[in-house]
Amino acid sequence: MYLISFLILFSLIAGLAIAAAPTVGAQALRIRFSVGALALASVLLALLQASRGPEFYALGDGLTHVLDWLFMAGGVALAALLLWFCRRIKPREWYIPVLIVVQTGLMLYAELFGQHPEIAHPFYVDSFSVLMALIIAIVGGLICIHAIRYMHDYLAHAAGQHEAGDVDTAQQRPERSRSLFFFVLFLFLAAMFGIVFANNLLWLFFFWEVTTLCSFWLISYSGTDEAIRNGFRALGFNLIGGVSFAAAIVWLTHGPGLHTWELDQLVAGGSALALIPAVLIAVAGLSKSAQMPFSSWLLGAMVAPTPVSALLHSSTMVKAGVFILIKLSPVFHDTFAGLLLSLIGGLTFLATSLIAVNQRNAKLVLAYSTIANLGLIVMCAGVGTAATMWAAILLILFHAVAKALLFLAVGTTEHLIGSRDIEDMEGLVYRRPTIAAMLLVGMLGMFLAPFGMLLGKYTCFQAFLSMDVMWGDGVMLAVILAFGSAPTLFFWSKWMGKLVAVPRSAPPGSAPIPRDEAIALFSLTALTYIACALFPLADTGFVLPYTQHLASLGLIAAPSFAMPWETIMLMSIMLAGLFLMPLAFWLRPPRYAEVSAYLSGANVDGSASYRGAMGAERMVESRGYYLSGFLQEATMVRVGLIGCGALMFLMLIGALL
Amino acid sequence: MSFLKKSPWVLHYAATSCNGCDIELLACLTPLYDVERFGIVNTGNPKHADIFLVTGSVNEESRKVVENLYAQMPDPKVVVAIGACALSGGIFKDAYNVYGGIDKVIPVDVYVPGCAARPESIIDGVVQALDILEQRAKDRKRQRKMVAV
Amino acid sequence: MKPYAWSLGFAFILLGPVVGALLAGIDRRLTARMQARKGPPILQPVYDVLKLFEKDTLVVTPLQTLYLWGFLFFMVVSGFILFLGSDLLLSLFALTVSGIFLCLAAYATNSPFSNIGSSRELMLMMAYEPMLILVPLGFFLVTDSFRVSDIVSGSPWQVIQLAGILIGFLFMLTIKLRKSPFDLSSSHHGHQELVKGITTDLSGSDLAIVEIGHWYENSILLGWLYLFFAPWGPWIALPITVVLFFAEVLVDNTNARLTWSSTLKASWLVTVVFGVTNLALLPFIS
Repeated sequence: MYLISFLILFSLIAGLAIAAAPTVGAQALRIRFSVGALALASVLLALLQASRGPEFYALGDGLTHVLDWLFMAGGVALAALLLWFCRRIKPREWYIPVLIVVQTGLMLYAELFGQHPEIAHPFYVDSFSVLMALIIAIVGGLICIHAIRYMHDYLAHAAGQHEAGDVDTAQQRPERSRSLFFFVLFLFLAAMFGIVFANNLLWLFFFWEVTTLCSFWLISYSGTDEAIRNGFRALGFNLIGGVSFAAAIVWLTHGPGLHTWELDQLVAGGSALALIPAVLIAVAGLSKSAQMPFSSWLLGAMVAPTPVSALLHSSTMVKAGVFILIKLSPVFHDTFAGLLLSLIGGLTFLATSLIAVNQRNAKLVLAYSTIANLGLIVMCAGVGTAATMWAAILLILFHAVAKALLFLAVGTTEHLIGSRDIEDMEGLVYRRPTIAAMLLVGMLGMFLAPFGMLLGKYTCFQAFLSMDVMWGDGVMLAVILAFGSAPTLFFWSKWMGKLVAVPRSAPPGSAPIPRDEAIALFSLTALTYIACALFPLADTGFVLPYTQHLASLGLIAAPSFAMPWETIMLMSIMLAGLFLMPLAFWLRPPRYAEVSAYLSGANVDGSASYRGAMGAERMVESRGYYLSGFLQEATMVRVGLIGCGALMFLMLIGALL
Repeated sequence: MSFLKKSPWVLHYAATSCNGCDIELLACLTPLYDVERFGIVNTGNPKHADIFLVTGSVNEESRKVVENLYAQMPDPKVVVAIGACALSGGIFKDAYNVYGGIDKVIPVDVYVPGCAARPESIIDGVVQALDILEQRAKDRKRQRKMVAV
Repeated sequence: MKPYAWSLGFAFILLGPVVGALLAGIDRRLTARMQARKGPPILQPVYDVLKLFEKDTLVVTPLQTLYLWGFLFFMVVSGFILFLGSDLLLSLFALTVSGIFLCLAAYATNSPFSNIGSSRELMLMMAYEPMLILVPLGFFLVTDSFRVSDIVSGSPWQVIQLAGILIGFLFMLTIKLRKSPFDLSSSHHGHQELVKGITTDLSGSDLAIVEIGHWYENSILLGWLYLFFAPWGPWIALPITVVLFFAEVLVDNTNARLTWSSTLKASWLVTVVFGVTNLALLPFIS
């Protein structure tokens, strides 16, 4: 209990302290210290809570009452703040203030009128939320550390300076925008902790809205018109989800059937009672995790500084959406609504994987692949068996680590080479070996055996084929997964190919990676490896206790499934191979003579140029395949939007009828 | 025994040939002669090749290409010049842009005469080249041993 | 796990390349006969590889050798999993990793020919991957297990139940074996637009690694094909498998090469028409 309140409150206080720092150097120091404290607290919590069932916490009457009022006042204040931001909207964004008003109205209607359900336990801890807390504190924290240096350079560039200077010795007062930036980052972390620990739906909803606010502010951070428009788009889409969430709470207050404001009671209600609110909350989850038809806000969010993309849009915020979906997953088990939810995830997975093949901008590739992977998690959540929940939770873990690494590495690469175009990253292994190695580990972690994502896919196949909602359901999902995996393989490998290509001309000298960025990157690289090597530990420590608890409540069938030791052994062999081969190569490299690449014998300057027609010397150029004539991005997006929109409509209608 | 003799892969380059010798050379691959019986494969890639078959004389256009291709072939390797032009420049010997035979640019091991050279003599040339190839492999092995000692 | 399974797994590591080399040799001989030639000795692929080890190795970048080690390692692991009687899906995943490492090796050399070759190879992987995944899924629906040992001792009717999957697999086998009409990434014959595609800039022992990897791959693919007929026992299943395997040679010699876009379309179409339909209809034919 104390640890939970520490995590939530400390992030908040740390944010204030950081914003109030007198100098840039002191601010950097405070950020590092806070991140360290958060990480320690989360690890402590994990150690205390590992392999144990959930614990629910009751608060004293007086405290509950005060907190209730505080959260309500906070909600209204939040709405007022958002409305104040809305002074900069364009006429065609009229729907945003309307949504804010509708959402706040719904909440107030639920809170002020009618009989309130009794709330016994406003907070709880279970092994799943502990795992989420670990991700938020450690991955999120590392991203904050990376942001110290990144924002320093970013602001220096914005101010027109070429050299940013050292962070630690900087004595000037931090700019207001920088202080606010870090405050919002930590506020966001606090809200994320709130989401994973709150059992009271009203409070959870408040935290939920805080993340919406933070993401809106951070996306619009740069203040350009594009950034502001994208910020409002993110706000609008998240508010649609918010309205839906508020509607669920109204239903739970005034509607027939289930009368509760507690998350665990809602899940315990089962599909017979809890399906309607669960579907409404699922819409909120879909919008937060950027599933089609809401996906475009996450792509727009890529205009934000890289740490923001990494923190909000790859490893933590979007995870809030799938977190709530997985929580509700037992309700969806064996229902049509669940199947439709899975199909939304599946269609998103397939469409965005194909679109990602088209992209040359590294951040957009990452964004699309994020949406795709979240789609995969949503597919699992919709099925709602022990095995799919197992897969979904592991996917969250592996995706958070690997994707954060990739985002930060791309950000650092952009700083180093001045471009985020994949084609410009040619030969990065030779030009910037460290950063390239990190990118490669991240990519391997995203799609290749024996890393975690693949493990998730493996389990998904097995679980989908054992489904039983209607004829052909499991086959449909498995086929979607099979077809979606193929383009995934294509676009990652293509990018890896660019990285490993030997540069045709001599690489320029290299500046070192700044220290804070290096710390974050090295830690995440190590985490990617460790998460994969020690996944059985994460499995028994965090995932199994969670599913077993749900099974003991009779909400899901007992997890019959276990990874055979032989599979684990084979995976370990592969992992060891991936580690030992480069090691052996490094220790005893084979000594072969080097020669220029084959250019039909017309080489002029090594592999870089050749003698072309009329005796002219021409540079060698070859680009990757983007299949832009074969797969039209616009068409794919349209198909995805219409398809997912229709499925979501069906899901809502189906649940209500 | 060296396996070089059992699997000679050739690279064929027409320096400034009139294509007469080239057609004869390609005839060796047809079912009538079928040099694949002896494991001979026309690779079209210097990095895979053991035997470099050049037809035609060398001029300014082809000089660099012949040098590049030769440099990109891994040792041990042999060069077979095919046809009168490749041997000496042939009837183009005195042309202002012709350097002469292939041996003006790279070391040639076997000369196959004829205008155009007949497939039988080309095959014979390759077979002779194989002995040189094997000898070269042996020499290299001995040298390596001496270095090791 | 029984000692029998272990011995089979290790036998693959030792004998896999031998079988694969023989298959490659017979393939070349058959091709020659179809073209009215005599053709090379059956052991020709072995001579080729032993020769390559006698040659020097020229590299564009030393790292290319590392990627090739990865290619060979994962290929062996994939086959080891298969012959151990373990998980078919896992074996497929390892096979995919191996393919990607080969592409990386070619990308690393960064010549235009290897570049296009590996891009096309990736395209082919994208084309055949869904169908190859459907194969274990089909077996899972029939035998309720991804384990090869369970599939081998499955029902004798499984090949009838999985007829569509088998057709799809044979289609993808043509791609996997780099046969015409799908040999777009590295042709077996020189003097074509891609020179040698993926392997253009590999030489000497590097090229030998690729060849040995392909021998392993031959054995693995033969093993996959065998699985369809496995419940009938080796005496019936093996001849059928081998005949089907060599039917690919006929396809190779009677078809011209396709472009990558038609390859992709054709293979996904086949996957949907044969593979997916078969899976969807399975509940009615079991």
